[in-house]
Amino acid sequence: MSLTVLRQASANIKLPIYLDYQATTPLDPRALEAMMPYLTEHFGNPHSSTHVFGSTSADAVERAREQVASLIGADPREIIFTSGATEANNLALKGVAAFEYEHHKGRRNRVITVVTEHKCVIETCKHLGRDGLEIVTLPVNDRGFVDLGELADVMNDETLLVSVMGVNNETGVIQPLAEIGALCREYGAHLHSDCAQAVGKIPLDVNAMNIDLMSISSHKVYGPKGVGALYMRRRPRVRLLPMTDGGGQERGMRSGTVPTPSCVGFGEACAIAEAEMESDNERLAALRDRLLEGITASVEGVSLNGDRTRRIPGNLNLSFTGVGGEQLVEALSDLAVSTGSACNSASVEPSYVLMAMGMGSERADASIRFGIGRFTTEAEIDYAIQTVAEQLSRLRGEK
Amino acid sequence: MDCYLDYNAEAPIKPAVCDAMRDAMAQVGNPSSVHGYGRQARRAVERAREQVAALTAAQPGDVIFTSSGTEANNLALKGTGRGRLLISAIEHDSVLGSATDASILPVDGDGLVNLAALEAALAEDQTPALVSLMLANNETGVIQPIAEAARIAHAHGALLHCDAVQAPGRLSIDRAQLGADLLSLSAHKMGGPQGIGALILGDGVEIEAQLAGGRQETGRRAGSENMSGIVGFGVAAELAEDDLADVARIASLRDRIEAEISALGGGLIGNRVPRLCNTACIAMPTMSSETQVMGFDLAGVAVSAGSACSSGKVGPSHVLKAMDIDRGLASRAVRISLGWRTSVGDVVRVIDVWTDLRSQGCGGSAGHEV
Repeated sequence: MSLTVLRQASANIKLPIYLDYQATTPLDPRALEAMMPYLTEHFGNPHSSTHVFGSTSADAVERAREQVASLIGADPREIIFTSGATEANNLALKGVAAFEYEHHKGRRNRVITVVTEHKCVIETCKHLGRDGLEIVTLPVNDRGFVDLGELADVMNDETLLVSVMGVNNETGVIQPLAEIGALCREYGAHLHSDCAQAVGKIPLDVNAMNIDLMSISSHKVYGPKGVGALYMRRRPRVRLLPMTDGGGQERGMRSGTVPTPSCVGFGEACAIAEAEMESDNERLAALRDRLLEGITASVEGVSLNGDRTRRIPGNLNLSFTGVGGEQLVEALSDLAVSTGSACNSASVEPSYVLMAMGMGSERADASIRFGIGRFTTEAEIDYAIQTVAEQLSRLRGEK
Repeated sequence: MDCYLDYNAEAPIKPAVCDAMRDAMAQVGNPSSVHGYGRQARRAVERAREQVAALTAAQPGDVIFTSSGTEANNLALKGTGRGRLLISAIEHDSVLGSATDASILPVDGDGLVNLAALEAALAEDQTPALVSLMLANNETGVIQPIAEAARIAHAHGALLHCDAVQAPGRLSIDRAQLGADLLSLSAHKMGGPQGIGALILGDGVEIEAQLAGGRQETGRRAGSENMSGIVGFGVAAELAEDDLADVARIASLRDRIEAEISALGGGLIGNRVPRLCNTACIAMPTMSSETQVMGFDLAGVAVSAGSACSSGKVGPSHVLKAMDIDRGLASRAVRISLGWRTSVGDVVRVIDVWTDLRSQGCGGSAGHEV
């Protein structure tokens, strides 16, 4: 079928097709529905303990806390609501470092992280480095994985914290968190994991994986923007100093009025993810395979970035030989896709994640991240395949 | 129907705000993405930035969105690099907590900051300072002489931060006229959503981001923008300007509460100086604040004893203590705060309930609470 035929066949396809589920996910209508009462009649401040308006909101926040906790096998008391994963990452890394410095004179001084972490973990680590901590940044192999042997080599008794993301935002590659967690236990180091891209996408259990701190984002799991959480282990207890001072909300870990409707939507989104992750993943894997097979069958010079199997089903990161990244994005204007992560997509530098996997700048530059998700349809995937095929042949023909 | 009179803790979201947020939440797109959905989200964020800027007569480029007023205050106090901090004794916990080694400026019995003390403190030490004063107090509504304080601060090379969280819709705010180099706002105190606030900067004021990460908010606040929250904030900011037309009505309702309750023996706090139109701080002769708020709650009336975030705290409010209000009186004070949905019916109800509680408090063992 040509593109025009396809266009007629699927008049209900909304263009451009949203294929950027790693940048942000649409709010699930069920989460929105759960939020609505708290955006209207139940408007109370959850910290107003003196009246029923306040306690109604507080109860809703606590229910949401249970829903978030349940998705990762945590206790609700271990969940601190934040404004998002960026804040959670900052709080985890800076908070643990500040506590260690204040209470143990910085005896444990080493922080180990990975070169492909999200910008905000990298930037926070740089900040800690300027404060005098020793930052060890591990490389990844060509499939995107951190090497456990290399991690073991740099672990020592002075290691305070290891920060490794669960799932990479650009490639969807899943890091071996359970193995890393076991290693951290051996050395008494804390494991922090930025799981913004992992929560609701892969099964996570903070106890089985020995994760001590986990950052979660609501808007990557079909919840509202502007809210996230930090999981903080109670046993053995992880201690940190808060960054935001004030009313002492969230057990003193994070001051500021907790946004009730956002938490409710986030909680509902987590409950939906817990119930539907498996079936979602099956469907997404089929769509992803269809997209990959469709593109490789009709286009030459396509390579997959990141491991083929140990990645979330909603991500396909492909490079196309012989075309430029900017040119590619422009040509694929019917598809809302991205090159690199949302936070650096305004910059034109090739992805540091792909470069760290040993790709040349040309291949990294000519990469497209297709992010598919809960609301992606087969018709949209077929349209995307056709668009890629036609535009690539046009671009290459022009040369 | 419940009677809600705790607007200084939380204003109900306005219907137009809710509608705008609902539309925004139905859109997909990260404002930092370059594709059409991202650009659409970006436009919505920038439109709201203009609306929030307009509320304080500021430039859109000077608005930094944060996750709350608390975060805005933290950013202001920690981000200017000023080593010396001067704050008043009645600031919000988020200012007090962000400035633990600050010099504390006293207030007088009416809750007004002592400007002579500010002048003297700035004169005795030339270290570049940051002065932080709230525009209106959350517990008493008392309005501080910000413009005058700013002139004093600027004469000594200090910057002035103003926590204006309680002011929108109740006072007209002009950042430049106030002389505020930094100004904090919170959406949920003005009929906008929880989870979004802003720090507004004056000309040439630079701030160091407190969150490391992406380059959002022109590098001054990392983290994916809370698009729907920002959109709701924008609409609320626009509507807050309309609320100024409602100030006389609100003030007359508040004055009626105060007149009738004081005639029954209620003690008014902070009412001798200019203050917000919507706030009353009233002590009952014979009943503790805690007992009163429980009584009000049982009768379906929502009021508070001090600020929401510290309402779990025991002991009298730091604000009333700083005003040197008699301990006994302070421990019997309740805050009644009005807003856009408050009706005459609410006023009658709160007066009735106060009267009932007062008569309960007169009998039995309550006498020794005085």
